[in-house]
Amino acid sequence: MKPVAFEYCRPDTLEEVMELLTEFGGDASIISGGVSLGAMLNMRLVRPKALIDINHVLELGNVEFDDATAITGALVRQAAAQKMTSLMSGVPLLAMSLPWVGHYQTKSRGTLGGSVAHADPSAEIPLTLVTLGGSVTLRSPSGVREVAARDFFHGLLTTDRRPDELITALNWPLRRASTAYAFEEIAQRHGDFAITAVAAEATVAIDGTLANVSFGLGGVEDHPIVADTAEFIGRPATRDTAKEIAEVVADIVDPMVDLQANADYRRQLVRVLGSRVLSSAFNEASAVREAA
Amino acid sequence: MVAETISPIPSAVRVPIKFYPIALDRVRYVGEPIAVVIAEDRYVAEDALELISVDYEALPATADPEAAMADNATLLHEDVGSNVVHHRTFQYGDPDGAFERADRVVKLDWRYPRYASTPMETYGMVANFEKQPDRYTIWSNFQGPFILHALMTGALGVPGNRLRLITSPHSGGSFGIKQAMFPYMVLLAACSRLLGCPVKWIEDRLEHLTASSTGADRADGVEAAFSKDGELLALKFNNIVNVGAFVRAPEPASVYRMHSASNGCYRVRDIAVENRLVVTNTTPIGLNRGYGGPQFYYALERVMDAGAKALAIDPAEIRRRNFIQPEQFPYKAPAGATYDSGNYETGLKKALDLAAYDALKEAREEARAEGKLFGIGMAAGIEPSGSNMAYVTLAQTPEERAKAGGRSGGLGTATVSVDPSGSVTVKTVSTPAGQGHQTVAAQVVADALGLRPDQIDVITEVDTLTSAWSLASGNYANRFSAVVIGAIANAAEKVATKIKLIAAENLEVAPEDIELVGGNAQVVGVPEKALPVRRLAAQTHWHPAGLPEQMEPGLFETTIMNPEMLDAPDDQDRVASAVTFGYVFDLAAVEIHKDTGKIEVVKYVSVHDVGNVLNEIVVEGQIYGGFAHGIAGALLEEFVYDAGANPQAGTFADYLCITAPEIPDLTIGHFNTPSPHNTLGAKGMGDGSSMLAPTAIANAAADALDTFDVNLPLTLNKNWSAANGRPYERAGAAKAKVGDGPREEGAVEGGLKGEGTVELSASPIEVWELLLDPDTLAAVVPGCEELTQLSDDSFSAEVKIGVAGIKGVYSARIDLRDKIEGESVRLVGKASGGLGFGQGEGVVELEHISENRTRLSYSYSANVGGKVAAVGQRMLGTVTKLLIGQFFRGFDKRLRNVNGNSRRVSIGAILKRLFQGRY
Amino acid sequence: MLRIKPDQKQRVTLTVNGKLVSGYAQPRLLLTDFLRHEMGMYGTHVGCEHGVCGACTIIIDDVATRSCLRYAVQCDGLELRTVEGLAEPDGKLNTLQKAFNENGALQCGFCTAGILMSATKFLQDNPKPDRDEIKEMLSGHICRCTGYEQIVRAIFQASGQ
Ligand code: FES
Ligand code: FES
Repeated sequence: MKPVAFEYCRPDTLEEVMELLTEFGGDASIISGGVSLGAMLNMRLVRPKALIDINHVLELGNVEFDDATAITGALVRQAAAQKMTSLMSGVPLLAMSLPWVGHYQTKSRGTLGGSVAHADPSAEIPLTLVTLGGSVTLRSPSGVREVAARDFFHGLLTTDRRPDELITALNWPLRRASTAYAFEEIAQRHGDFAITAVAAEATVAIDGTLANVSFGLGGVEDHPIVADTAEFIGRPATRDTAKEIAEVVADIVDPMVDLQANADYRRQLVRVLGSRVLSSAFNEASAVREAA
Repeated sequence: MVAETISPIPSAVRVPIKFYPIALDRVRYVGEPIAVVIAEDRYVAEDALELISVDYEALPATADPEAAMADNATLLHEDVGSNVVHHRTFQYGDPDGAFERADRVVKLDWRYPRYASTPMETYGMVANFEKQPDRYTIWSNFQGPFILHALMTGALGVPGNRLRLITSPHSGGSFGIKQAMFPYMVLLAACSRLLGCPVKWIEDRLEHLTASSTGADRADGVEAAFSKDGELLALKFNNIVNVGAFVRAPEPASVYRMHSASNGCYRVRDIAVENRLVVTNTTPIGLNRGYGGPQFYYALERVMDAGAKALAIDPAEIRRRNFIQPEQFPYKAPAGATYDSGNYETGLKKALDLAAYDALKEAREEARAEGKLFGIGMAAGIEPSGSNMAYVTLAQTPEERAKAGGRSGGLGTATVSVDPSGSVTVKTVSTPAGQGHQTVAAQVVADALGLRPDQIDVITEVDTLTSAWSLASGNYANRFSAVVIGAIANAAEKVATKIKLIAAENLEVAPEDIELVGGNAQVVGVPEKALPVRRLAAQTHWHPAGLPEQMEPGLFETTIMNPEMLDAPDDQDRVASAVTFGYVFDLAAVEIHKDTGKIEVVKYVSVHDVGNVLNEIVVEGQIYGGFAHGIAGALLEEFVYDAGANPQAGTFADYLCITAPEIPDLTIGHFNTPSPHNTLGAKGMGDGSSMLAPTAIANAAADALDTFDVNLPLTLNKNWSAANGRPYERAGAAKAKVGDGPREEGAVEGGLKGEGTVELSASPIEVWELLLDPDTLAAVVPGCEELTQLSDDSFSAEVKIGVAGIKGVYSARIDLRDKIEGESVRLVGKASGGLGFGQGEGVVELEHISENRTRLSYSYSANVGGKVAAVGQRMLGTVTKLLIGQFFRGFDKRLRNVNGNSRRVSIGAILKRLFQGRY
Repeated sequence: MLRIKPDQKQRVTLTVNGKLVSGYAQPRLLLTDFLRHEMGMYGTHVGCEHGVCGACTIIIDDVATRSCLRYAVQCDGLELRTVEGLAEPDGKLNTLQKAFNENGALQCGFCTAGILMSATKFLQDNPKPDRDEIKEMLSGHICRCTGYEQIVRAIFQASGQ
């Protein structure tokens, strides 16, 4: 349980990170909180030539807002994010999912960006970003690009990030009018990665029908996904619709099989948890709509 | 090289199994040591470890005891001639007659899972070999029993006094697990001799989870015969123990520890037991909290519930009717145990009261009326403590035992001494690992000497050269409060008596008139006539001439006690296996959520009779701790092996230790029937609910689900499947293969299976040729660095695979079999690399769809082992898919580019991808 | 930018429990190993080295965190609090430690150092937690001996409620 020998690099600026990525490319590992990477390093599953410690690149710790987006620097810690009221009220789904993340002792160090970079299929933060239709900002020596979260996650621990890229920020769409959110998951133990996690965002039109639904699933396939719910737009925002969506989606997903759960059970969780979060989001969105 | 200096370590099972602490020419389980690397620190040692490459010739492997018993199973130990390495049957009374007379017979069979208490501190040891005289010294956190010292000296080929074991005064938990470190101690000792320097090993968590020790998994069955009014007439136990790849001493003790108390709390006297020990390709089992108890009660106490259900008698009532009655103590059990004291009905009543049983049953009815799955379960058990070292010899027939010479006893030793300054030291020789021996010993000695506990120093480390130790020394089978504390109290009493004699002479009264209180020896009723205890004690050193006549100078009292009832097994296989018999009654109520499988323990009551309570906080802590282990086994923890016998739970992210939020609220009840076997009236305790909670919870779940076909641990998926009548098979679990027919030689079975089809833009024959062309393969296999054709149908390759930042280089070998040109081929391959090894096989079939279109279907099964399998279980499936996808994309592209080209290819590479290509 | 070659030993200076200490570390040296083997501070325990068991939890720059997931070189200049710093200077146990002692909240004590450090910080963040909040915080620790109940009680008692 001791890592391979690596060079330790601690850049102070983004430019220095870029220099290092140019030098090492895929032979370097970027460490922020180290909650997942540290374990993989200690087990020698990950064997980098260099460890790029970005914890001193202060600009990565910023949180900024524009009209429609909260932009969290890659280094924002999970526990710190949970304490930022502006962020939590601006991105309610994140406020709902963060309590499910890890433990008191890991959230204190683990970062939002690190969770997205690690791309565990069951992790809550990637699922939240995908459900909201957010994006990931990446920077390489050759430039900056923004990738929609829905295209970013390829598979288990595998993302669109190229070896010479650094995740610099996550872009979270802000709460929209007449929109409500819900999040739920089931894990075998408290704080574990979920067997299945579900997230919902719903917007209700004046006539009480669905103007927009986003139904995200984590831990079901090998990366977080958003179900195609286009055919349900315009349907009444009711519990029955919620149930129907969950059932339809449960039938079309291609669930992972692991020690904890088989496909049959994961489908079931999509069904029960899905209809719960969808109805809760529908309910609340309708209430918000009425109040407006 | 080290192995040459070591002799094999025997066990009580007399079969030709050669158990060395390191594999010689055959590796039998993942985790078996095959090489020792010694370096200046662990970092460098791990670097060096990666330089070792092993070329394995793979043999079929299984983790499943029933599969290992099959006629065509590969033998782990050829010389034994069978994987069943021990088989004995026992009969007490006339079970067959009783079964004939019975009104009702109930029968259950099941699999009991493998789990372990995984102490937070792992094994740690330093071994040093010194010359003149040649002596090994090993410092470690070994917990005993010190009977294993004899096995270690045997393995090292030295007399007992040339192996000095020194155990640490404290140990970070053990629960039985730190018994099984002794082969590693032998190994390290041999290394030290070889290198001429001290050698240290601190086991890491990955090593611990694959290669230390666990409780037994079993494939057991039980039958019970009842009269129509619920009298338990007879029992038949059929025990199949998966002992692991070797029988490591003190195995087969796990299946014999409860044997002489096979009647549990009941009066039943007609009992049959059949025990089989099966070797499989798994880590050897050993002591684990409750040792053999959880598995035993899973049989007895479930069949009691099943009987109650069959006879429509309340499960509490059926137990009550069968309990041994208070006036029957001491009670001689049919298989030889003598229960010292007890009142089982009182305990049951107390539990029912605390649980508000009637209200709970009403709540169950209400819940059921609402369609909920609500169940109540219970379990009653005795808690044997202070083992007879001889019970293990039940593994031998009476004739074999007679030949081997008698064995009996369970010596407890302790020393209480007072130095010239009058300060008191106790040596307990008890290797505690958090059970509060210091606290309790200090209290007992302080009480005897009229001092405060903080004035007593308790020394718990054992040094086999200087401590008063014996075979039974150590910390297991709840022996501290059953035996050791008696020895301590006894030694303290001897010291007290001497002090009283001196005081009596000084104060000119009779010794009976002296009491020791508040640091003084004083005349009863005349507190002003007193002398300080410390001064009197010091006198034995400073002024021996002034001592009462005939008194020996000094104050150094060692007691060696052997509980007199611990005799050798008789020729009827009856043995008094333990000294004291505590009692536990557990009651659980659960609700299983039909939609998610979540199991909620809504009530849990546990009532204990531990004899006289020596220290309330310590006793309570043991009860909570044992409860947590029991609940963990019931709900969460399991060492899963895949069908290729690869351990799947190699990290704490895969082996799900129970944490605070998962522990239900526990209501504890106490009542005491003091043990007559030690002056303090205490009984051993500590196993407690670790033995009964799995069963109480299983019974409650059975009640909720209306079936006794429940399998632990009751995980979410399993519960949901059971609640909804869905089939359940744990992914890749060993059990999945049971019942499959004979396997073809060289066939691969494993946790990873898959199939798929792709459509390719070429005719079948073009695809075929390209597929068998090494150049193509080398080009399209992601990461293929080198591909060599060894013969027509055989290839070797170097592949570098990096997925998710996890990179590894693998060397692979692929053979093509059953080639049907243009149609199909079977590939068999194996690969190994730093992160693991794998073998697999697959079939590729080509089908012509239209001109220049071919459908290629593939199916594969692969078995992945090593670090990758143990720590990255979740990753295997997805990574495989990813690689297959990459391969075919590349292949299709190449087909288009070189269409019409006729070169040979090996699909080998495809499958090599799949098999080894986990990462 | 700081760069340390794989085999280079770098001087690492830390403030541990208010005292400045320093030693040498290669980049891959775990902070736990640095504390235990370089500094001789054996109070911080190691139970898994993969961030799950919590035994190694210490307070780094006012945050309770796993020290097995840190490399010593990352911590140069930081302020650490470990279990050795909890008791009063005269060796008297502090309130939390006393509560552990009185409630039997430790048996073997292996998990205890980490739990004490978590609980220390946790009670600063949440001075009046209820039992469920305490259990949730404890979910980041594995204790194999106690079954957690007496630990929950001790932390609750230490919060003075
Ligand atoms: S040793 Fe750090 S969490 Fe286990
Ligand atoms: S007290 Fe032993 S692990 Fe917690």
